[in-house]
This record gives sequence, structure tokens and C-alpha cells, in this order.
Amino acid sequence: MATVKPTDIAKLAHLARIAVSEEQAADVADRITEVLNLVDQLQEADTDGVEPMAHPLDTAQRLRADQVTETDQREAFQAIAPAVEDGLYLVPRVIDE
Amino acid sequence: MEWETVIGLEVHVQLATDTKLFSGSSTAYGAEPNTQASANDLAMPGTLPVPNEAAFRYAVMFGLAVNAEIAKRSVFERKNYFYPDLPKGYQTTQLAEPIVGPGYVDIELENGQAKRIRIHHAHLEEDAGKSLHEDFHGMTGIDLNRAGTPLIEVVTEPDMRNAEEAVAFAKKLHNIVTSLEICDGDMSQGSMRFDVNVSVRPKGQAELGTRTETKNLNSFRFMEEAIELEVERQIDVLESGGTIVQETRLYNGETKVARSMRTKEDSDDYRYFPCPDLLPVILDDEYIDTVRLQMPELPEARRARFIADYGLTEYDATQLTGERAMADYFEATVKACGEAKLAANWIMADLSAYLNKAELTIAQSQITPVQLGGLITRLADGTLSSKIAKQVFEAMTLGEGDADTIIEARGLKQVSDTGALEKMVDEVIANNSQQVENYRAADDSKRPKMLGFFVGQIMKASKGQANPQAVNDILKKKLEG
Repeated sequence: MATVKPTDIAKLAHLARIAVSEEQAADVADRITEVLNLVDQLQEADTDGVEPMAHPLDTAQRLRADQVTETDQREAFQAIAPAVEDGLYLVPRVIDE
Repeated sequence: MEWETVIGLEVHVQLATDTKLFSGSSTAYGAEPNTQASANDLAMPGTLPVPNEAAFRYAVMFGLAVNAEIAKRSVFERKNYFYPDLPKGYQTTQLAEPIVGPGYVDIELENGQAKRIRIHHAHLEEDAGKSLHEDFHGMTGIDLNRAGTPLIEVVTEPDMRNAEEAVAFAKKLHNIVTSLEICDGDMSQGSMRFDVNVSVRPKGQAELGTRTETKNLNSFRFMEEAIELEVERQIDVLESGGTIVQETRLYNGETKVARSMRTKEDSDDYRYFPCPDLLPVILDDEYIDTVRLQMPELPEARRARFIADYGLTEYDATQLTGERAMADYFEATVKACGEAKLAANWIMADLSAYLNKAELTIAQSQITPVQLGGLITRLADGTLSSKIAKQVFEAMTLGEGDADTIIEARGLKQVSDTGALEKMVDEVIANNSQQVENYRAADDSKRPKMLGFFVGQIMKASKGQANPQAVNDILKKKLEG
């Protein structure tokens, strides 16, 4: 039986950059535990000889020819950006440490 | 205690496709920031990726070149992390089902021995954009032109035992991908980047030591320095009773200093899962066979051809095919002069020395293959002595033009005209009567050495322009005749 602890939720929330308060964490942990229990039930099914499914569509990926089809739309994209300068998007400072 | 170093590499190879891995944006280098970043590259809602066939073709070519199994079915996954130059919040990559399976590359070491380096796998993935940390009023600038550029990441087994082997492998890989023309090989622009995993263990111990990873090395020299520094650091730590912490490190090639970037405790948890936007890519035998038939000549085949077609020694052929650009340079030079052996000698000796000294790559050489071919032609037809040819070469490195222009401008033509040479010989004989007497009195075994004195005088009088063979002949005739 899988059990997800509130501390696991805090870690996952951080990795996914989702705000989950400490009060919410216990509730979220319970609900995710329920989902995992459902998965445990599914694990009991006999899957010998069944190839793992990578995608629900039973077909192969179409590939594209290596030809430039996109045009420069920087002006349109940067019109909706919070901050731009010299053609760059500006974001809160990231120190590469 | 005697220590053994164990090295494994992860190499990012930027593929030379015209467009990105999942969008039709151009990958041309040097464009204005963000002018080659489409809605898909910016992760605009509602856009969907469509993979580039050429990226798969290049990956298959690479796989075939390293004797690997090609996966007929490969699957893209999402590697999740947050960084501003990764707009989607995940990198689309391959994990469980990569396009290229296990293979190997044989490297040649300095001592002439060969060693096999196994490749664990190689997978296709997209590059991130670039963060510019110069001060934009306390903000960071983001250029997404590179975002989505196709890469193959090549992962080796931990088969290398010192920096020399790692560099030999890296150079061989560079040679392979540039020969296949799937990567431009320009390391200064980040076209090939190396992550080095290093650990040490007591010699004879089977179990591997704790490893560290030094990331993003973009030159062979930095790679060698980083490995040597890290091996030394690990041995120091262990010998003074410490333990190695598994961590990511950065090496600064300018300051020659390495530092820890992050340790395992706060290492990333990427939460990979199959990308729901992309179906499995299925390649059939026919596709793989077609790619196989289109493969350009690989370094080893070219080496064999240099021996067979140009009559080069094994050593010369190995040296000249060690780097794609050098092999191309050699063939262009031979085309210009028809003298393979001379071309090989000049490229490996004078040209290499000049490039080393000037810190240039062969592609940046001031002297073109046609110019070097012109010089060799003048050497082969007797216009230049080898000594004067070196002067002409020197002038060519200074950009004074092609060989004929320099010979004309500096009046360097070798004097082979018998009349003029005879006059010089007569003068030297007249001015050195004592030596002439000695020569005539000496027995045959001593004469060749004594002849050198006269040749030297004549070369001096002609400022090195006399044809030595002609001088020899005339001298002998006059002295002995």
C-alpha cells in the first residue's frame, strides 16, 4: 500500500513550482495516496506478453521535411512579453550558480 | 597507493539540420536574438511538435558509424525542470527507448595501440535557449534562437583510463560527425560539448569509486585540463582520509579553476514521462538501408584510400585523416600540385607548426591548399630549393600572396642556369686555392665531406638560390676534372 506523506507533496510542489500550503499538503497527500492505491489495484492485472503502451493512438509519428517554414514574428511575440530589450526577453535575474 | 582513473563521457553533438527538431524555424547561426524562435519554440499554448526527418537520418548515420544497433522504434520523453531559457518547462528527450543503442569506437593512442571504447547509447533531444547574465537593469536576457535545435547526446561506458584516452575518443568522435557532415564541429560555437564523469579507485579494485561530473567543456584542451585537475583533487582527498562527494562541477578554462556546482542531495529530480504530444517514431529496414547507402566516407575508409591511392605510409595517412578538415586540406593540395608525398610532408611539418604557433585551426589557415600546392609545384620543378621554399612559405603566412608572386617579388628563383653557376664556381675555386689543393690531394672517401665546404661557399655567394644538385655536379667536374 503506497502512502504519500505531506513532505513528499512539498517536494513535488517545489519541483513543479506549484503553491501548496502546509494545510493543503495533508489533504493532497491523502488524495494522491488514493490514486496510487488505484494504481496498485491495476498492477494486479496480468500483463505478461503485453507491450507497454507509449501512446493511446495506435499509429506511428509522422516526420517533417527539413525545410524552413517559420517566419520571424518576434515583434508580435514580444508585444505580449512583460519586458524586452535589444530583442531579448527579460526575466528576473538568474545567477548561473 | 597506486590509483586508477575511470572516465566516462557524455557528448552533446549539435546536428547541422536547417531547421529545429520540432519546428520549421531556421537554425542558422548568428541571427538577431529571438528572430528564429517560433510559437512552438516559445511553448505557446496550442502548438504541437512535429519531428524533423533529417535529425533522425543524422542520428541513424551516427549510429551506423559507431557500429551501433539502430532502434526501429524510439520514444520521446519529457525531462522536467524550470529555467527561463527552457520555455516549455521540460526538455523533450529520449530515455528508455533511444534511437541509437549500444555501439563502439576504436581509438588510436600515442603509442600506436588501439583501444575500443564502448558507447552505451545515443539519443535525440532538443537544445535550450541562451541566458545572458550581463546586467539588464538587474534582469537576465533570454535568446531563444537556439531553443529546439536538435542534438544527439552520446553516452559512453566508463572505458577510458586517463585524459589522453578521453581526448583521443573526443577527437575521434569529432572526426566521425564532421566526416558524416551531421555536425559542423565548431566547438567555439558550442557545436560539441563534453560532460566528463571521473572517479578513481585503488588499482586492482573492481568496484568503481564515487564519481563527479564536470559539465560543458567545449575544447579538447579544457577537457584534458579538467580531467587531470579532478583526478589530482580526488586522489588528494582520498589520501588525506576524506571521501568523494558525488557532485556536478564546473571548470573554467580561462582561470584553470574548477568548483562544485551542486551536490547529489539537491540534485535534480526530472520526473521523466513519455511525451503525450509525440507518437513513437518507427523506422523500417528500408529507411535504414537507404541512409546506409548515403553515408559519406568515414575516417577509417579515407585512411585506407590515402594509403592505396596516394601511396602514403600508414603513419602519414593516420595523421592526415585524424581530422576531417586536415584530410580535406591534403586532398585539395594534392589536386593543386599532384605531389602527394610532398603535400603530406608540408602539411604535417611546416603547416602544422605554423598553425600551432599562430593558434589557428586548419580552416583558419592564411595559406590556402591551392597556394600550398603552388609552392610545392615550384619545389618539385626545381624553381625553388627546399631552403628557399621555406622562406616563401613564411612569406605566404604573412599574406604576401601565392608562391609565384612571392618568388617574383623577392627574386627568389633558384639559379640552375649552368653558365651563371659555372662563373660562381670558378670564383670560389680561384679564391680558395689552399682548399682546392687539399681536396685534390685527399682520397675519395674524404672528398664528399670536403666538397661541402665549396657548396657552402657557393650557396652563400648565391644567397641560397643556387640549385644544390647543379652546383655539386659542376664543382665535381671542375675540381676533379
